[in-house]
Amino acid sequence: MALTGLQIFKLLPNTNCGDCGVPTCLAFAMKLAAKRVELSKCPHASDEAKAALGEASAPPIRKIAIGAGENMATVGEELVMFRHDKTFYHKTVIAPLLHDNNNAVDEAKTLSSIVVERAGEVLKIDAIALQQSGDDGEHFAKTAQAISSETGLPLILISGDPDGMKKALDLVGDKRPLVYPMVNENFDGMTAIAKEKGVPIVVAGPSGLDGLIERVKKVKAAGVEDIVLDPSSKSLAGSLRDQTLIRRAALQADIKDLGYPTISGALSGGDSSCKSSIASIAAICKYSSFLVIEDFQPWQFLPLLTLRQNIYTDPQKPLQVEPKIYPILEPDESSPLLVTTNFSLTYFMVSTEIDDSEVPSHLLITEAEGQSVLTAWAAGKFSPEIIAKAVMESKIEERLKHRNLIIPGYVAMLSGELEENLPGWRVHVGPQESADIPAYLREEWPQIASSPAGDA
Amino acid sequence: MDIPLEKHKGKIRTVELRKESPSGLAIGGQDCLALHLFEGSYPNKPVIAWEITDTDPSKWLGDVRKPYKDVLGDPVGWAKMVREEHGAKIICLNLIGTDPNKDDKSPEEAASLLKNILSAIDIPVIVKGPGPGEKQNDVLAACAEAASGQSCLFAAAVEEQYKTLVASCMAYGHALVAETPIDVNLCKQLNILISDMNLSLDRVVIDPLTGGLGYGLEYTYSVMERIRLQALGGDEMMQNPFICFIGDEVWKVKEVKADDPAWGDREKRAILWEIATATSLLYSGADILVMRHPEAIKAVNEAIDDLMKG
Repeated sequence: MALTGLQIFKLLPNTNCGDCGVPTCLAFAMKLAAKRVELSKCPHASDEAKAALGEASAPPIRKIAIGAGENMATVGEELVMFRHDKTFYHKTVIAPLLHDNNNAVDEAKTLSSIVVERAGEVLKIDAIALQQSGDDGEHFAKTAQAISSETGLPLILISGDPDGMKKALDLVGDKRPLVYPMVNENFDGMTAIAKEKGVPIVVAGPSGLDGLIERVKKVKAAGVEDIVLDPSSKSLAGSLRDQTLIRRAALQADIKDLGYPTISGALSGGDSSCKSSIASIAAICKYSSFLVIEDFQPWQFLPLLTLRQNIYTDPQKPLQVEPKIYPILEPDESSPLLVTTNFSLTYFMVSTEIDDSEVPSHLLITEAEGQSVLTAWAAGKFSPEIIAKAVMESKIEERLKHRNLIIPGYVAMLSGELEENLPGWRVHVGPQESADIPAYLREEWPQIASSPAGDA
Repeated sequence: MDIPLEKHKGKIRTVELRKESPSGLAIGGQDCLALHLFEGSYPNKPVIAWEITDTDPSKWLGDVRKPYKDVLGDPVGWAKMVREEHGAKIICLNLIGTDPNKDDKSPEEAASLLKNILSAIDIPVIVKGPGPGEKQNDVLAACAEAASGQSCLFAAAVEEQYKTLVASCMAYGHALVAETPIDVNLCKQLNILISDMNLSLDRVVIDPLTGGLGYGLEYTYSVMERIRLQALGGDEMMQNPFICFIGDEVWKVKEVKADDPAWGDREKRAILWEIATATSLLYSGADILVMRHPEAIKAVNEAIDDLMKG
């Protein structure tokens, strides 16, 4: 049974020494109760406390880290079934699958060079999965070493050959790769290698979660604790069932033998890369900690990493942004002024597009109870009066030498009345879709700006 | 091993569309979370509605114009094409041409088009108006009357404007889409308002408002999970199937339009953008997905078939 913070507190030394990194024993106890730290952080805990807290204090899903340095990837420690309950904590590690042929190192370099910055996050591949295809363990090991040193990325080593795996770990074991044994017969040998090198290992189930639990027990008995589960699901439906039940087992049924991160493979299936994409989408939405993608294509990068970004953002972020003037790209007195509502998605889309246009602008956000432009207009929350009032109260007039206001294309019908409410201003109808804003700012705005009618 | 399977008190209502036709469809009816066949019953598959427009959709990207190039501007031909060549099980007729800021087509024109489509194909039709405003009321009312007895699905009733549509659907035997802006409480409130007018909630489909991939998908995803959990927990005012309008949110974004070589093949990336938006919302509970690209529709349909084998 999980202990409460106060129950745990009674078992601690109560010296408030701070050696655990938390100022007081009570605060540390609270963190233990929330399964946010492990008891091993406290160097002074008594054996009695360790025994009592041991299992109860461990996070329900074990934390596993692979790789080293700044590219280290951490998974596990998830606490919820639904992202709205708190947040999904450690992002799915996305690892394209390469075979140890002659191109593998170059392919790995190409893949690791794709970097896209999106909404404040740098999107990039997290790891490389390398599979030994022949029986040349030496070549497998050398390829692994080259990929590791060329890309710096964590590795997932896939092989059915204990000798090849051993050779690879001799070269890259200090980089903490994840060991993925392919063949069941050699499993004990692989476990021994993983234990010797102190690296995490994938335990794949023969079929069903009962079989998986049996294997986990054996691996734990052999002394390996850093385990990643592969339920070997046969279909999308099977994968959803297995991933859901594994997480539920760990979080709700306290089944320790399933309290580990999971791994899914998205195999290309030959003709249809859509299948691999859909398996990847499913893995990102539903609980996979590692995702190995065969035949990864550059065009899959942005959709899959954007999806992961969406699913793993903090769901407590508000849907509304503060109504005010937002300067984008350091606008000055002659920069355009655009207006839209305070729905955060509207703001996000419009500001991203203005940013993309490279035309510095002032963006006025009005109070519209977090509704989008059309909904707010229909509800009378984005009316000529409200927009005019927002323009006046923003005092933007003092900072502009022109009097031009660009409104969203969807509310073209209120331009006349808005001009009546804003004496001296000219109202211009912008595009309906935010995606068309860059073209508008680049092509239409210079004409508006050069027309004398809108001068202050 | 003792992993609990979850049994829920509540059950999603079954909404029947075009029930008089042999190709009619029932939507919803499950008593478990999205796609959880391993612990509940799922009498009806999620479906994909092929979006077609009443007038040539000049703003659609080339990728989604090309597959329909022979039928753009010929909605009846378009409807027959997706039915006969692609095996569509349901279509969504988007009446963009009735928008006063576009072609401003009359309600009568829209109504007569709907009649022609209903006689050309035997599958259910979702009818989407030009957006909130007087015009939408007039257009949907005329269409509801023209399609009397054909149990179509009309989109959409919003909190500020639902009474006319509710009345039309009651009078002529249709179902409607209740649209609210990504909010559990507003969703429930609109369902209550609709049910207060005595329209049976067996004729309501929830539109939680779709944020496309990279543009608010996560809000839609989570609000659907929350609404569904509340519905399965027994809240009778939330027990309705979901519809997600995918195409409109996908085919306008930068990542779909931009020809950046570093981002890989643009068209494949664009199609995957639609697949990813649709598939993730399928996993959060969508019962009807309104989509555009034939390849995206084919891929998501295959996924649905796989998921429904259990």
